Amino acid sequence: MNLFNIALKSIRQRLLASSLTALSVALGVALMIAVLVANKIVTQSFDLQRIGYDLVVGPKGSELDLVLNTIFRITPPIENLPWRYYDEVKENKHIGVAIPIALGDSTEEGGFPILGTTVEYFDVEYAEGKRFQIHKDDSWPRGKWESVIGATVARVNGWKVGDEFQMVHGGQDDHVHEEKFKIVGILAPTGTPNDRTVFVNLTGFFAIAGHEKPVEEAIAREAEFFGETVEQVRAYHADDLKELAAHADHDHTGHDHAHHDHPTPSLQREVTAILVRMKEDPKRPTLAQSRAIEFAAQLREGFKAQAVNPIRPMQRLMNNLVGNVRMILLYLTAIIIVVSGISIFVSIYNSMSERKREIAIMRALGADRMQVFSIILTESIILCLIGGLVGILLGHGLIIAAAPIVTARTGLVIDPLIFEPLELTLIPIMIGLAALVGFIPGLTAYRTDVAENLSS
Amino acid sequence: MSLKLISIHKSYKEPSGENLPVLDVPEFELKTGEQAALVGSSGGGKTTLLNIISGITTPDSGQVLIDNVEITRLPEAARDRFRAERIGFVYQTFNLLPAFSAFENVLLGMSFARGRADRKHAKELLEKVGLGHRLSHRPGQLSVGEQQRVSIARALANRPSLMLADEPTASVDPANQDKILDLIQSMCREHNVSLLLVTHAPEIAQRFDRVVQLAEFNQVLQKT
Repeated sequence: MNLFNIALKSIRQRLLASSLTALSVALGVALMIAVLVANKIVTQSFDLQRIGYDLVVGPKGSELDLVLNTIFRITPPIENLPWRYYDEVKENKHIGVAIPIALGDSTEEGGFPILGTTVEYFDVEYAEGKRFQIHKDDSWPRGKWESVIGATVARVNGWKVGDEFQMVHGGQDDHVHEEKFKIVGILAPTGTPNDRTVFVNLTGFFAIAGHEKPVEEAIAREAEFFGETVEQVRAYHADDLKELAAHADHDHTGHDHAHHDHPTPSLQREVTAILVRMKEDPKRPTLAQSRAIEFAAQLREGFKAQAVNPIRPMQRLMNNLVGNVRMILLYLTAIIIVVSGISIFVSIYNSMSERKREIAIMRALGADRMQVFSIILTESIILCLIGGLVGILLGHGLIIAAAPIVTARTGLVIDPLIFEPLELTLIPIMIGLAALVGFIPGLTAYRTDVAENLSS
Repeated sequence: MSLKLISIHKSYKEPSGENLPVLDVPEFELKTGEQAALVGSSGGGKTTLLNIISGITTPDSGQVLIDNVEITRLPEAARDRFRAERIGFVYQTFNLLPAFSAFENVLLGMSFARGRADRKHAKELLEKVGLGHRLSHRPGQLSVGEQQRVSIARALANRPSLMLADEPTASVDPANQDKILDLIQSMCREHNVSLLLVTHAPEIAQRFDRVVQLAEFNQVLQKT
């Protein structure tokens, strides 16, 4: 019978007290795991170092809002850009890829954000070396009323290829659009906000009733955006306006077909943002970056648009807000460790007075002072380790249970099996803590007067 | 010779600061395999004497020799080990550990002596004291008599040369007293273990060939 078994017996003898002590440690550790994992999730979720775009072009305003809206899709868009501006950006000689995106609506079921875009969106890597993938029998949304959905959307809503869905208009009216999109593909999981996004063909997105901007409003917006007069805008869109007038006459003469059978005129189209990738030169790897900086600087001077390197506002957010929250969480973790330690100390120390006789018996049987000291220390370590392991399991159990809820409510994509390598340091920390808090009770055992306690 | 005491003195400090002598034993010897009863009323220093012999308490002066080893000169850790290996102790209140089964209580003493327990020997001893069917019972699940039998098996677990018994039947009902004493004496005879049994009951002392009166043995009692 070794010291470990003896310590284990002592724990079993005080099963209730030992269980409560281990439970308090377990709760502490579970909370620590949650803090560590939350920290990792936040860091990982907002880490854009490897995003496939150099710039996000959107209306002027908060850089952070633009990124949270277009990349993370967790805030609603505030303003849009005229389609004409997208055409200009696309023609810029330094820009390699310009992908329009339109946001604002969500799915009726599950409330997932709907993103109207072109199939080029899926050609750009969503992370370094990682491309979107769909099943070989699936297809990309080339047709007007076609859609592909993220892996989380498919899982949560139980949607499959061939299903149809309607979308809810963004804003306060919660109006459900009549038009239906058909799912033609399901994306493989990416671990990014794309997993919880529904992608629809941009042409179809524009064709939805109410998505086209009223003509006079669109003219006024373009005039303001480009710093032109209303007449100049009308002249630019003369063909569109002529066609719109023709359609209006046509519809009024009795052919009552839906207006969205006609392609939406450029004037009435708007995009939420444009994802931009600069042209690259293999011989000059920094060229794309300097071109991006130059383009962003130009925008700051003119128009009502801004070009944002998505990494920068997120880094600022991380450093200022998230960084501070992270520090608070880590301090909290340290306090939890100390509280757990104190609970073990109190439990073992309180048991010492009733255990002096036991210790005296062991000493009388030949145990030396170091052996009884080691038994108490081992007991403390066992309690800490059991509590620690239960806490790790409990912490991860909580994460597995909470992941879909957090994803549904905040849009943050959480891998339920996420593991923070810092967790590995918990075991030596717990052993160290156990040794520390077990030291004083161990010393009490070490100093126990055998003759006095045997006769007590 | 199994045990020899030479000029043992022990006193305790009183709250007033004065020394209170409790033990003064000029000389005492117990031969190998010999069985002796030390008789006297309580407060005569019997328990202090047993603690000094077993090395739990150190005397103010004098020598304790067991198997020709002067344990009073040994450092504490060596005394602890010596006690575990050479001395068996049977207490009035048994001093069994409640969390451990009868079998484990016997193994425990072995573990402290040698680092590893001889499970076969432990089982044999418990069978000899009539508890072969109670190995996995905890002290709380055993009768008082059975508990004392476990403590006898534990005292013999490390094949000691000396057994000290401190009022071993004081907590046992009269019907079981003789059985317990028979067991202690026969087991010590069988294993050639010297036995020093402390008791206040003259009828128990009658069972022994050698009876030492505490009043003659402890000079402190004569002086007072």
